[in-house]
Amino acid sequence: MAEINLRDAVSMGLREALDGDERVFIIGEDIGEFKGPYAVTNGFLEEYGPRRVIDSPISEAAMVGAGIGSALGGLRPVIEIMTINFMLLAMDQVVNHAAKLRYMSNGQIKVPMVIRTVTGGGGQLGATHSQSLEVWFATVPGLTVVAPSDPFDALGLLRSSIEEDDPVLFAEHALLYRVKGEVPDQPYKVPLGLAKVKRHGTDITLVAYSRMVHVALEAAEVLAGRGVDAEVVDLRTLRPLDRETVVNSARKTGKAVVVEEFWRTGGLAAEVASTIQEEAFDHLDGPVGRVGGVEVPAPYNGTLEAAALPNAERVAKYIEDLYGI
Amino acid sequence: MDLDYAQASAFYEQMLLIRRFEEQSGRLYMAGKIRGFLHLYIGQEAVAVGAISALRGDDYIITHYRDHGHALARGMHPNVVMAELLGKATGSSGGKGGSMHLFDVSKGLMGGHAIVGAHLPIAVGLALSAKYKGEDRIAVCFFGDGAVNQGEFHEALNMASLWDLPVLFFLENNLYGMGTHVEKAHAGGRDIFHGADAYRMPALQVDGMDIVDVREGTMKAVERIRSQGGPVLIEAMTYRFVGHSVQDPEAYRDSAEVDEYRARDPVVTFRDRCIEQGLISEEQAGLIEDSVKDAVAEATRFAEESQEPSPESLYDNVIDVSSAG
Repeated sequence: MAEINLRDAVSMGLREALDGDERVFIIGEDIGEFKGPYAVTNGFLEEYGPRRVIDSPISEAAMVGAGIGSALGGLRPVIEIMTINFMLLAMDQVVNHAAKLRYMSNGQIKVPMVIRTVTGGGGQLGATHSQSLEVWFATVPGLTVVAPSDPFDALGLLRSSIEEDDPVLFAEHALLYRVKGEVPDQPYKVPLGLAKVKRHGTDITLVAYSRMVHVALEAAEVLAGRGVDAEVVDLRTLRPLDRETVVNSARKTGKAVVVEEFWRTGGLAAEVASTIQEEAFDHLDGPVGRVGGVEVPAPYNGTLEAAALPNAERVAKYIEDLYGI
Repeated sequence: MDLDYAQASAFYEQMLLIRRFEEQSGRLYMAGKIRGFLHLYIGQEAVAVGAISALRGDDYIITHYRDHGHALARGMHPNVVMAELLGKATGSSGGKGGSMHLFDVSKGLMGGHAIVGAHLPIAVGLALSAKYKGEDRIAVCFFGDGAVNQGEFHEALNMASLWDLPVLFFLENNLYGMGTHVEKAHAGGRDIFHGADAYRMPALQVDGMDIVDVREGTMKAVERIRSQGGPVLIEAMTYRFVGHSVQDPEAYRDSAEVDEYRARDPVVTFRDRCIEQGLISEEQAGLIEDSVKDAVAEATRFAEESQEPSPESLYDNVIDVSSAG
């Protein structure tokens, strides 16, 4: 067991992949000489050389397209898109091509590509650099969307993502890179599509992913102070969604609130909440709740931005208003 | 013409097969047996046949949505192409791709792609995979004049040149992007190949109505790519004799212009030249015409008699259906 942070967990996963499989290589903006915009690939160029660590011009669509093409040619590319906000420039490549080529060719080709990108707000980066757009990608059949909340999951999910034969969007929250956690020395993987109960409880289920897992865990502590024992489910994979774990928890507790950073309208919380009411209706004590980002573009000012994002106090207050607990 | 009998007869047969296949497709569309969009290649036959004749069997081909000609020129069986147009289980994609999405990976045909310009970066990736693996195969990417005004055209040319990748960008300039003339869409005017200079990429223009000129230009380009690495752009000046799709009243162009190009019909003029030069006799040409007629009739029979895809095939070849459905 070693305690490492999430950034190191991702770096470790990438190094293992480069070491273990000659077909794996990385394309990204400023991943080499600049050493990575978030320092995840620090030292990679020196160690693996420019054939396998490729600095790209600022061309997100072409980077993802080149990733798709190289995957069709038998390689296993990892494409780093500096932030998920820039994924919009590559959305056509992801949605119209990566996600569909296997289906449209009736299985003649697959696209074993991982797109790593940085998501989330809270860094005072303004409206164009603070979004949680992984939710949009999670609506698309043919894609897998992953968003780890801690180093253990980041490493375990990255290992699974790189071995996956279909495209995976791997979203790392900018504010989680320094989060620390235990990582076993012996090899392990976290399967895609499997949620995890991060805190066991009996009174209410809180569902979240990525940074909002930490918010939910904090909210659970606030609730504990009120004598409410909350269970926290970390989705880990947004698509495919582990409906079973979520529904089982909601059936047990009878109450559920979904917390996410994305805007409430059309968010993943809507899908999760809908699933719970469809499949656990008879077990519920009241409506399934949602706490999401406020419906504004992310403001730059720190106080305003904080007011636009869910936090533990807001989640606890929401639960009090909704359920009277 | 520096061709022998075998080449001349093969080229005539392939071009005529495309012509007759497309005419038959048009009829089947009007009869309601082919649905959706149908974009015919009539008039451009010399481009696909000339260019593809200059390639090796292991070279990659990736093309746009007007893709029947490339598929047939690459040797895809007319039966499976026609069956795909009719949406049948025996089609190249089991009826799930359709006219715009023809794939035959066993022949290096990596798809018809239906988002204008989006497959250019994918071609870059195919070439990248070849170079990465130390193979001397190249990637040939067919696209139209409409694609030149997409950002991905410029991203792809830049990336391919910057990274010295073995791509042949093959521009089929038929003067119209749907109904908009190239002079109204491209500030650089109709001779688009000059634009490659901006990326320090060698480029040449060929007569797309003359299969020999297309073939010789392609051989030159391919030879350069294989011996020196790095991309080349070819612009073939061509013309489609029919509408953008089958349901196109062609209000945007003069019938006199169509007549002018029809007088240079690539199939008819090639036949005439072959007979004039004694490469093929009238009798041999007649035999080819009979055999093409039979092949198209057989493709039609095969497609019409084939089964519809099974209802279960709806779910084949896409990930995560069981959990996300």
